[in-house]
Amino acid sequence: MKEQLAQIRTQALAAFSSAGSPAALEELRVKYLGKKGELTAVLKQMGRLSAQERPAMGQLANEVRAALEDAIRATSEKLAQAALQQRLKEETLDVTIPGTPVRQGHRHPMYIALDEIKDIFVGMGFTVLDGPEVELASYNFDKLNADEGHPSRDWSDTFYFDSDSRVMLRSQTSPMQVRAMETLPLPIRIIAPGRVYRKDEVDATHSPMFHQVEGMVIDKNVTMADLKGTLNLLAEQLFGKGTVTRFRPHHFPFTEPSCEMDVQCHKCGGQGCPTCKGEGWIELLGAGMIHPNVLRMSGIDPEVWSGWAFGMGLERTAMRRFKIADLRLIFENDVRFLEQF
Amino acid sequence: MNLSRKWLSEFVTVDAGTREFAEAMTLSGSKVEGTHELGAEISNVVVGCILSMERHPDSDHMWVCQLDVGKEEPVPIVTGAWNIHKGDFVPVALHKSTLPGGKKIEKGKLRGVLSNGMLCSLKELGLDERDFPYAVITAAALLNDYHPIDPEKPSIPATIQPGDKIFGSVVCAGVGEVKPAGNGRWSCGLMWLEDGSPVGTTVETPCQNIHSMDLVAFNTKTRVICTLADLRAEQKEFPHCIPDGIFVLQEDGLNPGDDIRPVIGADDSVVEFEITPNRPDCLSVIGLAREAAATFHADLRLHEPVVRGGGNGVLPELLDVETPAADLVPRYTARMVRNVKIAPSPKWMRERLRAMGVRPINNIVDITNYVMLEYGQPMHAFDYRYVNGGKIIVRRAAEGETLTTLDGKEHTLTANHLVIADEGRAVGLAGIMGGLNSEIVADTADVVFESACFDGACIRKGALALGMRTEASAKFEKGLDPLNTLPAVNRACELVELLGAGEVLDGVIDILNHVPQPTVLKLEPDKINALLGTDVPADEMRRILQTLDFQLDGDTVTVPSWRGDVKEMADLAEEVARFHGYNNIPTTLMRGQTTLGGYSPEQKLEQTLGTACRACGYDEIITYSFISPTCYDKINWPADEPLRNSLKILNPLGEDTSIMRTTALPSMLEVLQRNYNFRNKSVRLYELGKVYCPGAPDGLAFEPKMLTLGAYGDGMDFFALKGAVEAILKALRCQNASFEPCQTNPSYHPGRCACVYAGEQRIGVLGQIHPAVADRYGVDTALCCAELSFDALFAAQGPDPEYVPLPKFPAVSRDIAVVCDESVTVGQLENAIRKGAKGLLKHVSLFDIYRGQGIPQGKKSVAFSLLLRADDRSLTSEEADADLQSILAALEENCSATLR
Repeated sequence: MKEQLAQIRTQALAAFSSAGSPAALEELRVKYLGKKGELTAVLKQMGRLSAQERPAMGQLANEVRAALEDAIRATSEKLAQAALQQRLKEETLDVTIPGTPVRQGHRHPMYIALDEIKDIFVGMGFTVLDGPEVELASYNFDKLNADEGHPSRDWSDTFYFDSDSRVMLRSQTSPMQVRAMETLPLPIRIIAPGRVYRKDEVDATHSPMFHQVEGMVIDKNVTMADLKGTLNLLAEQLFGKGTVTRFRPHHFPFTEPSCEMDVQCHKCGGQGCPTCKGEGWIELLGAGMIHPNVLRMSGIDPEVWSGWAFGMGLERTAMRRFKIADLRLIFENDVRFLEQF
Repeated sequence: MNLSRKWLSEFVTVDAGTREFAEAMTLSGSKVEGTHELGAEISNVVVGCILSMERHPDSDHMWVCQLDVGKEEPVPIVTGAWNIHKGDFVPVALHKSTLPGGKKIEKGKLRGVLSNGMLCSLKELGLDERDFPYAVITAAALLNDYHPIDPEKPSIPATIQPGDKIFGSVVCAGVGEVKPAGNGRWSCGLMWLEDGSPVGTTVETPCQNIHSMDLVAFNTKTRVICTLADLRAEQKEFPHCIPDGIFVLQEDGLNPGDDIRPVIGADDSVVEFEITPNRPDCLSVIGLAREAAATFHADLRLHEPVVRGGGNGVLPELLDVETPAADLVPRYTARMVRNVKIAPSPKWMRERLRAMGVRPINNIVDITNYVMLEYGQPMHAFDYRYVNGGKIIVRRAAEGETLTTLDGKEHTLTANHLVIADEGRAVGLAGIMGGLNSEIVADTADVVFESACFDGACIRKGALALGMRTEASAKFEKGLDPLNTLPAVNRACELVELLGAGEVLDGVIDILNHVPQPTVLKLEPDKINALLGTDVPADEMRRILQTLDFQLDGDTVTVPSWRGDVKEMADLAEEVARFHGYNNIPTTLMRGQTTLGGYSPEQKLEQTLGTACRACGYDEIITYSFISPTCYDKINWPADEPLRNSLKILNPLGEDTSIMRTTALPSMLEVLQRNYNFRNKSVRLYELGKVYCPGAPDGLAFEPKMLTLGAYGDGMDFFALKGAVEAILKALRCQNASFEPCQTNPSYHPGRCACVYAGEQRIGVLGQIHPAVADRYGVDTALCCAELSFDALFAAQGPDPEYVPLPKFPAVSRDIAVVCDESVTVGQLENAIRKGAKGLLKHVSLFDIYRGQGIPQGKKSVAFSLLLRADDRSLTSEEADADLQSILAALEENCSATLR
């Protein structure tokens, strides 16, 4: 019997190690360990042994069973691993085949630039205003201190709806300054983006309709230094840290002192190149301290309150931001253009 | 405004290079737009003296010249021009030289003869005869240059000999010696045969193209060498006898080898300024000199004009001025000059005018232009003999009055125009342009110089109405300094005397209708620093203001008369800031009360809508707010469509952009069309933009926003678009959206169009564009569009989401197929299902519509998948079936739909 067990052990272990599949292994398990299996058959002979022999033989038989069971587990594990490897191999894909397309829409680049600007100012406690594009000349000009002789009032420059030049398409977002002053409680911090209209023929840098964003702050003790600080921050946010700016005196009827802000040309770093027309600087926006007449006309006492305002063209900002060469692309809406942003 | 650096240097010494000058002026407020060196294109061109001239051995019209150009060896140059003579000083473009227009000169051979450069004409140097009037050439008709138009029928025989008669008293003569006779004239020895014997004479001629051995046509009676005009000949018959030739220099102190640029005044640099409309005083050399002096801390050297006067006559007896339109004429100043000798102005004056972009004409006209540039005061000179009655009247024009201006154009005037008139008629358009009837001409003897100040708005409107914005009107319209008229007219008279152009009469006519009082302000350094955020010392402020000629007396600042733009503290602050330096103002961040920024609910919805559209694959577009009136026809709107009532732009750029859109559909269709024409296969677009409907208070527009979607290609159809609209509504958490068939929107396919509702509120429309409309846009694929009102979408927003516990119990799914009439819609069936359900129905979804075998004609089978669930227990099959029976009953009752 001892020999029988040793034989079973030897045979079974050999058979297990050569089993090629889980099914074959199961078959062998049944053959050796099943109810009618060989080991079971041997164990059934235990009854015939003497009481002295029985414990030793029992122990031996159990050892053989444990050995066989261990071997089955190990083999089963091995086979499962092999099967998994095989499956993984079979399931291998050509990962260079393009993914299933997901169609995503694109934000218009002009609005991308505007969104950035809005976020910058909203973060500084500004609110965003919208207002009429069909506007009264009194808001677009008179209340902004532009006298009757101001050239931009000409019919050659501005679109009008009546022969008295009373109702017009706003030529700037600046009337929103007045509308804000007339309706909002002080202090005021607003920006007002929107469409503006000027009588320019369409070309690579002109369009009869374009977008501006106006910004205005009115508070006590507001200074030109604040204006500079805020606009420098804007330039850095738009064009990156370390953007160099400069401020030049200029003239707008509704600000005094007035200025224009230039950004140092990113192409040449201020040396002068075709991008900046040799100047080394690119004009970004116009700004200034709100003219006391404008404050007075809107019922705000310039002795108590002061403020600053700026206006900037959005298309030009977007064009600079994305290196778009021709303004016409902005309004052409070719999807091959739109889908680049 | 162009500024000659040379002219500027008369008033202020600025030791700065071009770039440095431009930068500093820009930063102090006079924006430099560009700079150009006048002679930048000219290099290696020098003064040469002609040592000898020989006829080219192999040409009938060229000369081989040897020139002294200041080097050891003379330079040989071949030229085709005949107006030069031995001893002339001429511009020589040497080997490897450049000329205006990028022309490069190199040595070469001309018909076998070496030529080491080129002699230059005026034009080749970028000049014309107005710059150098003396360089005009009078050309004789040289018979040896005769080329008949028809070789068969020459009017002068090729064999012509001295003595042969040409016509009348004109004979052919041979030229002997040619010598300069002074004053640009030449003395020519002539010889011809008369009855076989030689006859000789010497005549003076202005013709510069005659040389020894030439044959000329000589009129024996008038003793004149004939020009082409005298022979009534055409230029092409004498191809080389042209009024253009080498520029023979007649300047003093020329030396061979001198750089040509200073000789022709091309050694100046011109700075182009953008002058803002508040600073008309800077539209002058003196104004800019004042700015430059302040910018560079230099002294301003101004000059008080001194007029000797003493001309024959008493001014008040000769000239009277009335200004009935006194309100439009703050000041009118005039002086008179007699015995005027019209001539070219001197070279220095011509050069300065030229550098500033003004063409020289004659001394009197040039003086008016010179003074206008120097003082910024427009001047007008007119011929006194045409001022009938010796009386100048500045009045409003009569309605329909006509006047022909100096440019030869006739204008019909209105009472809005201001004219300079004599007793009978207008002789000039005040502040805009003089009249042709009083123009300065060659024989003008007595001149009136007008130096006036006119009302800016009147001049601007007048010029605009006539479409003739002139240099003068551009200045007047900005409002000039009335105190400038007198120094300017005196300067003009001083120049007349300096140029010897006439005799200035004593006295000035000066009518002061209203001259403003000087502006007096208080200097408040603390307020200025508070506005600027600076700490500029009061003394520095005083210094800055004084360099700009503001008068300071204690704290009192008197603003100079030319600074009409300075009216209050903020204006003084700008002056201080400009010269303290904008870039020296510190940069600070805002202090003060914190304000709560952020986006309004409307703005947040705009963001939500944009995000939803893009998530659906739609690209954002921007289109013009104005459209063509024909757009409404293109989108099939009937003639009585109320929305055709649009705001009309009275002065549009063109018909295509002449009305404000009341619908954004045509804009979208145009963009779809454009993309279609670009062959873009698959296009999904959205625009969130305004439309403009008349009728708002104050004549303004209602400007509601519309969300417009448009798409074609790549599986786009009604349902694909509807899916996007549903997704957008879902993004708003709109809970009561519905779609109703719409057959009445003329822009859409009547069978493929739906109105979108949220409850009772109409949100908009969606569908396939009517094929006839698509056809008008040249698109032959299905275009799908939706137009949704932003305001209605705003109102349709659902409440903030509230968490609903996830189901704990399993659901029961039941599929049903019902047969109903074709006319019954899925929407009606769904409504019936919902109506019949008894609270267990959680979800209905359509999964099939079938027509054909097994289904009667005119009917369809519609299959739904229903999901039933109770929140508090597992449903039994019986419960589910009971609900299903109720649903089927409702379908039967409401839609006559029966279980298939």
